[in-house]
Amino acid sequence: MAEPANPTVTTDLTTPTGSFPRKREPLLAERAADTANGGSRFRGNDSVLERKRRGVTLPDLATYAILIAGAVVMLLPFAWMVSTSLKTAGATFVTPPNWLPDPATSDNYAKVFDSAPVGQFLFNSIFVSVTSTVLMVLFCAMSGYAFARIEFRGRTVLFYAYLATLMIPQQVTLTPLFIIMNWLGWTNSYQALILPSSFGAFGTFLLRQFFLRLPKEIEEAAFIDGAGYIRIFFTIAIHLARPALATLAVFAFMASWNSFLWPLIITTDQSMMTLPLGLSALQGRWTTDWNVLMAGAVIATLPIIAVYVFAQRFIIKGLSHTGLK
Amino acid sequence: MSPAADRSKYLALAVLLLPSLAGMVVFLMAPVLSSLVLSFSEWDLIGEISWVGIDNYVTALADPAVLGALRNTLTFILGYLPSVVIIALGLALLLNRRIRGRVVFRAIYFVPVVTSWVAVSLIWKWLLNPQYGLVNFALGAVGIKGPGWLFDPAWAMTGVILTSVWKDIGFVTVIYLAGLQDIPEPLYEAAALDGATPWQRFWSITFPMLAPTTFFVTTISLISSFQVFDQVWIMTQGGPAGATSVMVELIYKNAFSYYKMGYASAISWVLFALIFAVTIAQNLLQKKLDRSDG
Repeated sequence: MAEPANPTVTTDLTTPTGSFPRKREPLLAERAADTANGGSRFRGNDSVLERKRRGVTLPDLATYAILIAGAVVMLLPFAWMVSTSLKTAGATFVTPPNWLPDPATSDNYAKVFDSAPVGQFLFNSIFVSVTSTVLMVLFCAMSGYAFARIEFRGRTVLFYAYLATLMIPQQVTLTPLFIIMNWLGWTNSYQALILPSSFGAFGTFLLRQFFLRLPKEIEEAAFIDGAGYIRIFFTIAIHLARPALATLAVFAFMASWNSFLWPLIITTDQSMMTLPLGLSALQGRWTTDWNVLMAGAVIATLPIIAVYVFAQRFIIKGLSHTGLK
Repeated sequence: MSPAADRSKYLALAVLLLPSLAGMVVFLMAPVLSSLVLSFSEWDLIGEISWVGIDNYVTALADPAVLGALRNTLTFILGYLPSVVIIALGLALLLNRRIRGRVVFRAIYFVPVVTSWVAVSLIWKWLLNPQYGLVNFALGAVGIKGPGWLFDPAWAMTGVILTSVWKDIGFVTVIYLAGLQDIPEPLYEAAALDGATPWQRFWSITFPMLAPTTFFVTTISLISSFQVFDQVWIMTQGGPAGATSVMVELIYKNAFSYYKMGYASAISWVLFALIFAVTIAQNLLQKKLDRSDG
C-alpha cells in the first residue's frame, strides 16, 4: 500500500483494513482546508459526529486512560520476565518484588545454555518453520491454481473434500499420524516435524479464491502463444499472487514456529526438539528456579518478537483481510 | 477437446495438484479415517489389535475422567469466550475513536498473540506464583489476599483462563477493528441527524453491523477453545487433582502415556462430534437471527 503523502495524517489513514480504503483519499487542497478548520474531517469513523469538537475532551481522556492501562497490562508481564531473568536466586524470591534486578546477572542465561542445546533448538525451529512454510505456500499455490483454472471431472467433489478437512480438529489425526510415523521409522526426524504442517486446505482455499478473482486476460495471451498451465503458473500466475502468498506464508510460519503438541508427540530426542518444546522441558530441571525459567522464556520470545517488530503492520493487515473477506 | 490438449491438461494436474493431494491424503484424510477405524479397537502399539465395536465410546461416555475433562473444557469456554469477546470489542471500539497512536496500541495488544504459548505459560505461571507472584502482590496492595492459583483446584482453571484471555485479546481486537472499519459512515451521519445518543448508535448501528464479525470471532474462538491444550500442559499438566484436565490433554495422556490408541481415538471423535454439533447449532442460530432482522 502506498503511504499517504501527507505525514500529519499518516496514523489516521492507516486503517487496519489497509489496502482496501473505503473512501477516496482526500485531495491535498481538501486536507489543507480541513486543517484550517480544526482538522477533524479525515480522521476516525466518527469524524462527522465529532466535527464540532475542539481539543481533548473528557471521553478522549477516558479512552486514553483505558487504552494505556490495557497496554501496560499487555507489556508488564514481558518486562517482569526480562527483569526476573537478570536476577540472582536471592533477589528473585523477595517480597515485595523489586522491578530492577540488583545485582544484575547473566548467569541464568548461561545456565539455560549449559543445561540444553539451545542453539540446536533454534536451528531446528528455524529449519522446520522455514521449510514447512515454503512447502505449504508452494503446494497451496499450485493446488489453488489448479482448482481455480483447470476444469476436470470431480473437481467440485475434490474441493469439498479439501474444505471438509478444515472442520476436523488436529487432535483427531494425532494418533494415526504418530502410528504412521512410527511405522515409517520417522519419529525424531525432520520430515516428521515438517511434512504434516506442509499441507492444508486453508491455504489452498485462500489461493484458489485469489486466482478466481484474477482477470483471465493476462493468461489468455500466454495461452495463445502456446504456453500450458504449468508454464503460465510458474511464469505469470505465481508472481501475480505474491501478496496472497505472503499472507499465507506469515500464518504458516507463525503456526509452525509456535507449534507445540505435534513436536511434543513426535520428538523424544533432545537434539530434534524445536525451541518451544526444548524450553518447556527446562521446567523438568529448573522446576522452581524462576530466574532461570524466565531466561528460557526470553530466549523463546526474542526471535518471534524480532520478526514481529519487522513485519508488524504486514501481519496485522494480512489478518484483517483473511479474517472475513 | 483435442487429445493433445487433454494430455497437457492431465500433465498440468499431475504437476500442480498431485503433490498437494498426496499430502492431504497421507497426512490428513487417511489419518482421519484411520482414527475412526481405530476408535473401534483396542491397541497398545505393540501387541495384537483387537476389535471391540462401540465399547470405547460406551466406556468414554461413562468415564469420570472424560466427563471431568468435558466439564473442565466447558468451564474454560464459559470463562474464556465471553471475556475475550467483550473485552476485545470494547478495546476495538475505543481504538476506532478519533485518537492518536492507534497503530501503536494495536501493535502492543498484538504482542502476546505472536508470542509462543510456552513463553506465555511460563511467564504467567511465575506471575501467578502464590508467594512471590506479581498478581498476588498487586492484589495484596489493594488488601485482597490472593488465592493459590495454579496450586489450588478451585482457582487453577481461573488462572488458565486469565492467561488465555490475555494472550488472545489482541487477535480478536484486530478482527473487530477490521469489522468496525467496514461500517459505512453515512449510517452514523443519519443517526446523528436523528439525534441518536452514543448508546443508541451502538445498539442500533454498530452492534448489528458487527454481527458477521461477532459470528466469525465466536465461531473460531469456540472451536479453538474446545481444543485448548498447550497452556494447560505447560502450566498445570491437568492438575491439581484434575482441576484443569481438558479434552485434548486427556487424548494426549491416553495415547502417549497409557498407549491406549483406540480409546484416545474414540475420545477425539467425541470431541470432534461436540465441535461439529456446536458449530452447526451456532450456524442455525445465526441464520435465524439474520431472518428475524430482515
